[in-house]
Amino acid sequence: MSDLPSNAKVVVIGAGIVGNAVVGHLADLGWTEIVQIDKGPLPNPGGSTGHASNFIFPVDHGKEMAALTLDSQQQYEEMGVSTTCGGIEVARTPERMEELRRRLSSATAFGIEAEMLTPEQVKEKVPFVDESVILGGFYTPSVSVVDSLRAGTIFRERAQAKEALTVFPNTEVTDIEVEDGAVKAVVTDRGRIETEYVVVACGCWSPRIAAMAGATIPLTPAVHQMIDVGPIDVLVETNNEIAYPIIRDMDTFMYERQSAGSMEVGSYAHRPIFLHPDDIPSIEESKLSPTELPFTADDFDPQLEDALELMPDILAEAEIKYAINGLLSLTPDAMPLIGESIEVRNLWSAAAIWIKEGPGAGRLVAEWMTYGAPSIDPHHSDISRLYDVNRTEEHVIARCAEHFNKTYGIVHPREQWESRRDLVVSPLRERTDALGAVYFQAGVTERPQWYETNKALLDEYQADDRPHEWDARWWSPISTAEHLALRDRVGIVDLSAFVTFDVTGPGALDYVQHMVVNQVDKPIGSAVYTPLLNGHGGFRSDLTVKRLGTDHFRIVTGAFDGPRDEYWFRKHLPDDGSVTFTDTSKSMVTIGVWGPHAREVLSSITEDDLSNEVFRYGTTAEVDFGGISTRMLRISYVGELGWEVYVPVDDAVALWDMIWEAGQSHGIVPVGGGVYGTTGRLEKGYRLMGAELESEYSPVEAGLARPRVKSADFIGKEAYLEAREAGPIATLCTFTVDDHMSVAGIPRYMTGGEPIVDTDGNRIVDSRGRISIVTTAGMGPSVGRYLLLGYLPTELAVEGASFGVKYMNEIYPITVAVAGSTPLFDPDDSRMKG
Amino acid sequence: MRVLVCVKRVPAPGARIALTPDRQEIDTKNLGFATSPHEECAVEEAVQLVSDHGGSSTVLTMGARESEEQLRYAVSVGIDAAVLIPTDGSDLDPQATARGLVAGITVLEERDGRFDVILFGNESADSGGYQVGVRVARSLGRPIVSGIKDIELADDELIAKREIPSGFEVYRLELPAVLAVREGLNLPRYPTLPGRLKSRKAEVASVDVVPEVGGQHKVSFESPPEQESQTVKLGEGVDAVPAIVEVLETLGIK
Amino acid sequence: MTSALVLLDHDRGALSDTALQAVAFAGSLGFDLEPVLIGDGAESLVPELGGLGVSKVHVIGHELLTDFAPEAWGDSLAQLVVVSGAKVAITTGTDRGNEVMAHLGAILDQPMVANVTKADPGAPWKLSRIRWGGSLFEHVELEAPFQLLTVAPHSWEALEPDSSPAPAVEHFEPTLDETAARTRVVDRVTLNAGITLATAPVVVSGGRGVGSAEGFAPLEELASMLGGVVGCSRVVTNNGWRPHTDQVGQTGTRIAPELYIACGISGAIQHWVGAMASKKILAINTDPEANMMSKADYAVVGDLHEVVPALIKALK
Repeated sequence: MSDLPSNAKVVVIGAGIVGNAVVGHLADLGWTEIVQIDKGPLPNPGGSTGHASNFIFPVDHGKEMAALTLDSQQQYEEMGVSTTCGGIEVARTPERMEELRRRLSSATAFGIEAEMLTPEQVKEKVPFVDESVILGGFYTPSVSVVDSLRAGTIFRERAQAKEALTVFPNTEVTDIEVEDGAVKAVVTDRGRIETEYVVVACGCWSPRIAAMAGATIPLTPAVHQMIDVGPIDVLVETNNEIAYPIIRDMDTFMYERQSAGSMEVGSYAHRPIFLHPDDIPSIEESKLSPTELPFTADDFDPQLEDALELMPDILAEAEIKYAINGLLSLTPDAMPLIGESIEVRNLWSAAAIWIKEGPGAGRLVAEWMTYGAPSIDPHHSDISRLYDVNRTEEHVIARCAEHFNKTYGIVHPREQWESRRDLVVSPLRERTDALGAVYFQAGVTERPQWYETNKALLDEYQADDRPHEWDARWWSPISTAEHLALRDRVGIVDLSAFVTFDVTGPGALDYVQHMVVNQVDKPIGSAVYTPLLNGHGGFRSDLTVKRLGTDHFRIVTGAFDGPRDEYWFRKHLPDDGSVTFTDTSKSMVTIGVWGPHAREVLSSITEDDLSNEVFRYGTTAEVDFGGISTRMLRISYVGELGWEVYVPVDDAVALWDMIWEAGQSHGIVPVGGGVYGTTGRLEKGYRLMGAELESEYSPVEAGLARPRVKSADFIGKEAYLEAREAGPIATLCTFTVDDHMSVAGIPRYMTGGEPIVDTDGNRIVDSRGRISIVTTAGMGPSVGRYLLLGYLPTELAVEGASFGVKYMNEIYPITVAVAGSTPLFDPDDSRMKG
Repeated sequence: MRVLVCVKRVPAPGARIALTPDRQEIDTKNLGFATSPHEECAVEEAVQLVSDHGGSSTVLTMGARESEEQLRYAVSVGIDAAVLIPTDGSDLDPQATARGLVAGITVLEERDGRFDVILFGNESADSGGYQVGVRVARSLGRPIVSGIKDIELADDELIAKREIPSGFEVYRLELPAVLAVREGLNLPRYPTLPGRLKSRKAEVASVDVVPEVGGQHKVSFESPPEQESQTVKLGEGVDAVPAIVEVLETLGIK
Repeated sequence: MTSALVLLDHDRGALSDTALQAVAFAGSLGFDLEPVLIGDGAESLVPELGGLGVSKVHVIGHELLTDFAPEAWGDSLAQLVVVSGAKVAITTGTDRGNEVMAHLGAILDQPMVANVTKADPGAPWKLSRIRWGGSLFEHVELEAPFQLLTVAPHSWEALEPDSSPAPAVEHFEPTLDETAARTRVVDRVTLNAGITLATAPVVVSGGRGVGSAEGFAPLEELASMLGGVVGCSRVVTNNGWRPHTDQVGQTGTRIAPELYIACGISGAIQHWVGAMASKKILAINTDPEANMMSKADYAVVGDLHEVVPALIKALK
């Protein structure tokens, strides 16, 4: 074996599917001097790749994961290591049948061929299934089985053929040196390598390796049980590695996959079993491999009964020849951890990635490292998405314990976590509790979604419930009533989940100008809503920037994107110390007051002049409420007259009480996130980061391009100018749902994520391959219509044009109400600006 | 006929055996547990004997409650009944083990009749004392031969073969008899799904015995020193062949 | 000086090659050694025992002791212990040695410590013995009036007899009946007339990497060229590629050849303990980090399916 080099451009730690895909793609993108090391031998170093079941079901509800999976599947195919066998997800319950219909909609969205099967049709394809225990199946012909170890070798050889890569198996990393906050060197038992970049692709060991550099990769190794049952004559006779479609027995959280003459039965139904990364046995201590732990039979017994029920004929006689507790990686929100670490510059994480998304994730990492942004928006995989409190072991374990059994579960798009709640509660909590608030977790903060005490408004505003339980889950008609009351009178909103940063110092203006698209060199007291772009001109964030002083800016961003934005801002801070960046979220509370009576209510408790002439829309000013000094910003995400009031934490309750008192004569109502985040903004066509706004679309396409571009340089400017020049390829539209009635005669209400289809039911794809899906769905109570947001190819984005939305595998007619950003409600903003 | 198999729950290592810091125990944190390989063959043999000749099979162990796992495994591959002599799980010396088993066997025989054949593994995988079967047979006054790799039942006689370098020694034992068997006796089957499920519901009978301890006391364990690798690398692939030939010549083999 | 009985294992007059290892071990303890030979053919061995530093040899004879009989051997030895007044009895931890010593322990109701590597006589005796087939040592204390133990094979170099005068013979005839002799060899089946796995000077062994029963053909050829036999790992017998009699390891055969050639064997601990007494080990494996490769004296990184045929060709 050759000696370890003393220098490298990048050291990739890990030679599982992920590390291999990363080195392959880095080399493809022109990187050289790549060094890959793994503690174990090749081609199977003993991590999770080595014992994976290696099958890929491409249909996923999430767009990002679906894209990674499809890309991966295609890469495996191109490498010739893929066998298409088809797969059937079977349902034992009516709820699951509904879920399978929902999957069929997602299949349409992502262009994956799929169909529903009757039990008899399932049996035709897989004769050893007892069709009497199932209600139906969801068949995906393109389900494949891949050789992930072979794929890894091909990736490495691809990079080696370019003379870009040197591989060192059996080499253990003992330290990662950091200098001035950036990666400096990787120390191994065979020597030290100075390097510019490090990629941690160590699967379930990743937290341990990252910790050597002082970084966190918050995942936990978790057990997935698997047995191999055989020999089974009907399988042996196929003389094939896999001849029958893979069965996913969704309601029992199991799968049955032919493996030559045996049946591999795997489960996500057993109790969650976690290991600390430090407790994974070494290669020397392992009977099979470090990630194939001794099988704990008791945990699997209930699944045996389920398996026998589904395939009684073949499973009754065969013997359990091999059984393991296989380790895989789980994260608190079940998404991968990809991107530069928040703690150490040039230390990249490529972790918590499974076989089905490995090659795609490898490409994503390589693109990201090469270009500063990948072609697939990594929003939900971005390791910087997590708050500090989400990065603790306690959090990881609690959340993983909660979602492990949901691996094959039916997860509602609005579903809330049960564990790790109240991580951050609003200083207004006592008040909102008293009003019967129902909380949703916004980022880490508990935010009232609606108030049960507003039930009384239901009759007054004739807010309708939704008859179908799925549509009504994690939702209340009270939100509709709150919405109408706010538009009718005045609402008070607890916005303490906001994340705020203060930027100060002599370099503050230049720095903020460099970060954001819109002009922030405005008079003190101005407030600007602006996109934040990546280097490609794709959306990185949207936020509000207030100028509080010559060298003082306050940035307000949403609860869901605080950590991502903080990472991005800190990453771009100048080295010269001319800018100080501080998270000020904890020091103040934001209370929103909006509605036609907002000015009257607030004016009644302050001496300051809140008139339109003095306090213009889009400006900010200090306002005193009987000794409580606040900063108010006249802006609205719900399209009404009113302010965001920023008040010091200690004064928050007192101010809330003052407003509440003053509001009584105006019929003030507490208003929750259901209005603020959905109904109010939908009527106004306001975009939400992570829904409408994502890096695959430009501000031009999102309808957020201003008439002029500031002269100052900013990140993504060049691409932004090009996008303006070229014009949009897609246009964000607001749709109305024309008919909600299902075939079964029940009105149905979409939840978001559904495919938008043409009148023939075909999915719609723009010239850049981007698909039209519903980015947000919700009621527009004041316009009396159910509204959807979604992109259409610009040539199709014609107001009045008819389309359909595929929900639970039925098509509902919709119409383009607005093409672009004009609000459906109060199009000239007279309510807000008056 | 009635067949009894005595088994022992042992850690299932496949690699380096780690010790607890006080060196009193094997660190089983990452280890599963199994029945000693010789005993797996004994279990299989018992199942086959009963299947061929009728009767019933019983599996017996002495150990911590967790040993039920091994008893149930035996049931899952076809043993009819399971009996546990519960202990606190600490290492028992061979004399105490034998005394406990004898007492247990006596209770079982008084209740349900004599065992015609009692099978032991030749030695346990973990402690390898090579004697429990012999002590039990002596106490019961029954014949025993160790190292058995082939068993045939003819009338009231067991024909047992034991492997020696040149082939096999043949023994004939009148029933009731005891044999200590070795791996290679048969190829043990794995449990089927229904077998495993049945074993979950199987009743594990318990016989309470407090055996007197013997004279061999464990003080501590020690891992053998890691051998410094003095490996001479002869090369890669067929290029190494001349070097191999040279080694053979040096060793005087050729 | 206290005397110690050392049972020498032999098969109808052929001394086991490990028998004298026990003599070496027992001699190191400073006892007055009294070797014991049992059964037909025993006395013919006495002339071979010169130069071992022993003055007398017990030869136990009886008309029932025609061939190996574990129970009768145990009974005989027990009677000799009583008669001789010896408090210590030692033999090699072979199949027979362990078995006979177990009988002795059972008869005397004394502890018996198997596979001892070190002993420190005292009160109590402190012993080291092997567990897990040799991958772990156990330190034990022995509290008993009698010390019965077997010596782990190959843990001591055998004493080499020389042409010195043979020790004196003391005959002992035990009291035995048919019951004691009920377990004895009544027949033998000879499988391989030639060299055996346990005695072959060269063992060419194959593991998972061989891939199939047919894959052993080149190994057979190489073994026969080198005057050796074929061995295998447990996974091979579990796959049915080779009979269990070929298995080297904790639950197979322990071997100590001049050269062990391990082809495609990763070297799991259970296998290693069966092979570790080999004088030299040559490993051929595609994985340079396989356990067997790092423990071997010589390592070749490569595919056995290429290296072995090439080696055969070269040797031709």
